[in-house]
Amino acid sequence: MAGVAVRGWDLVKTYRGTGGRPPVRALRGVSLEVPSGGTLGIVGESGCGKSTLARLLVGLEAPSRGGAEVDGVPVTTRAGDARLQLARRIQLVFQDPFSSLDPRRTVGRTLAEVLQVHRLGEGADGRRQRVTELLEMVALGTRFADRYPHELSGGQAQRVAVARALAVQPGVLVLDEPTSALDVSVRAELLNLLVGMQDRLGLAYVFISHDVSMIRHLSDRILVMYLGKVVEAGPYDAVLDRPLHPYTEALAAAVPVPDPGVDAERRRGRSVGAPVDLREPDRGCPYQPRCPLAEPVCREVDPDLGALPGGRAVACHVAVRQAGASGPS
Amino acid sequence: MAHPLLTIRGLRVGVGRGVPVEIVRGVDLDVDGGEKVGIVGESGSGKTLSMLAVLGLLPTPALRVLGGSVRLGGVELLDLDEPHLRRVRGARIAMIYQDPMSSLNPLLRVRTQIVETLVAHGVDRRRARERTREVLSQVGLRDAARVEGAFPHELSGGMLQRVMIAMALSTQPEVLIADEPTTALDVTVQEQILSLVGELQAQNRMAVVWVTHDLGVVARLVDRVAVMYAGRVVEHASTPDLFARPQHPYTAALLASLPRPGTAHRATLRQIPGSPPDPARLGSGCPYLPRCPQGDQECRVAEPDLLDRGPGRASACWKPRDRWQG
Repeated sequence: MAGVAVRGWDLVKTYRGTGGRPPVRALRGVSLEVPSGGTLGIVGESGCGKSTLARLLVGLEAPSRGGAEVDGVPVTTRAGDARLQLARRIQLVFQDPFSSLDPRRTVGRTLAEVLQVHRLGEGADGRRQRVTELLEMVALGTRFADRYPHELSGGQAQRVAVARALAVQPGVLVLDEPTSALDVSVRAELLNLLVGMQDRLGLAYVFISHDVSMIRHLSDRILVMYLGKVVEAGPYDAVLDRPLHPYTEALAAAVPVPDPGVDAERRRGRSVGAPVDLREPDRGCPYQPRCPLAEPVCREVDPDLGALPGGRAVACHVAVRQAGASGPS
Repeated sequence: MAHPLLTIRGLRVGVGRGVPVEIVRGVDLDVDGGEKVGIVGESGSGKTLSMLAVLGLLPTPALRVLGGSVRLGGVELLDLDEPHLRRVRGARIAMIYQDPMSSLNPLLRVRTQIVETLVAHGVDRRRARERTREVLSQVGLRDAARVEGAFPHELSGGMLQRVMIAMALSTQPEVLIADEPTTALDVTVQEQILSLVGELQAQNRMAVVWVTHDLGVVARLVDRVAVMYAGRVVEHASTPDLFARPQHPYTAALLASLPRPGTAHRATLRQIPGSPPDPARLGSGCPYLPRCPQGDQECRVAEPDLLDRGPGRASACWKPRDRWQG
């Protein structure tokens, strides 16, 4: 069995409220595991905490409670050698590639600098050699070494960002909405590249997206997040084809499918809810104000994530009872 | 047959003050009353600029209309001066955007903005207040009274989109042009907005032109699609036809590049090689040729016009689909 690349337990992140507002509970106890060479997809909408989770996993922020480790080494936010070592194991790729590239530096210099900071590559020649390798790895030629960010298309810039993340030869990439800023025709290129690199280099991915079709395409397992909680977890096909949590169901059906027949079929008999206040209720299940299945208990008790057969788990009083009644799906 | 409500012919838009570079290069489109039409394209394809040109909203002199015709119910919009155009905008044709704040004033309460819009179009103030309440509840804002009194920053993204739609609908336009108004929204909110626009469109017999890069949104919402590439419409078809049998190799490639129902897990998706052409360096042939698997010598000679490919279908490609390789 493959080893565990990333493990996170009971991750909580609370931000102080500004201007007299109550504190914001961005993460409310999230645990996860990513096997080496595997992909964990994290899907959810704005405010679900998925980007906060990404920042905790790479040590950009410290959790208020809980912890995480990569290859068995604790994640830390403290500057110094431990932090450099962590960076060699796990790297974050952001949504907007341009915001993470220095506009005044050529692509080659940006990549060489990462190598220098991590004392990788033998001298300037060794580094130049390695920069070439990295550019080829992400299907950009050596000629891109002399380009500045403004000379790159969105897809090319995103591949440079991936190359920079790979410079330190990490075992894990955290990809936070990596395709969202890209044009449709370029997304395929990035997805193909990610699949190819995973097969070749044995990388593990934490793939964060609101785009259910991208998540489905790339992930082995999926976590569905809502208001800082994991509401459902399991194998990608089970979760998306036979969702247990009413939120997963709503999310999967909401995404328009680029096929008019299939889209109409999926939506048959569905009613679309009115706009809701996303403020978290004081107690009970956070999804309960929007939930078509809500019962009295849902307004009182926030359900835990309960394990079910088939590697699945769901945080819903009603779904757990129904799954128990009908046996494993 | 009656004339279409909105007729766009040979619309051209250029950038630059001296000799302009053409970035919209002859767009043709008809929209009938009560119809939902999608315009699909990637960034730089000219889809947004075409629509801004239709409404006379191009930021001149950086961008300007170089030629063509835009007729709304027989009136040539490109000939109207700003005061006349202003009467058409809002009253007969309205536009909504990706960023609701581009049409809302952050310093005014929601009520004031909609009431003033209506008053500017000649509605009396008391009626304008009633109408404001009406349209806010029509767009599914449950607490219309609270929303009316709110400033834009006090509302969520989804609520602001609804306010913008309410404002656009308040004057009961015949055509609503929507430029990616759901792109920045969560999918469950997008779903609500799409179904809302569908309902309102049916109730009011309003025509909708929906500009988007999202083929999923097209599949869900519109009856007919125009696909744009390098400043022109390259394919035109009913929505089911477009998805079932695309007639332009670019449309076919776009559809094949997406993970769709039935795409195997982690399967290699079809990539479109290269990138769109620089509008300043277009040659004489088909602008898609450098990326096209179907292209040959024939395609170098001249750029194809939109050629008839059956009832309600057209494609700007020299090769009919039954002559495609592979």
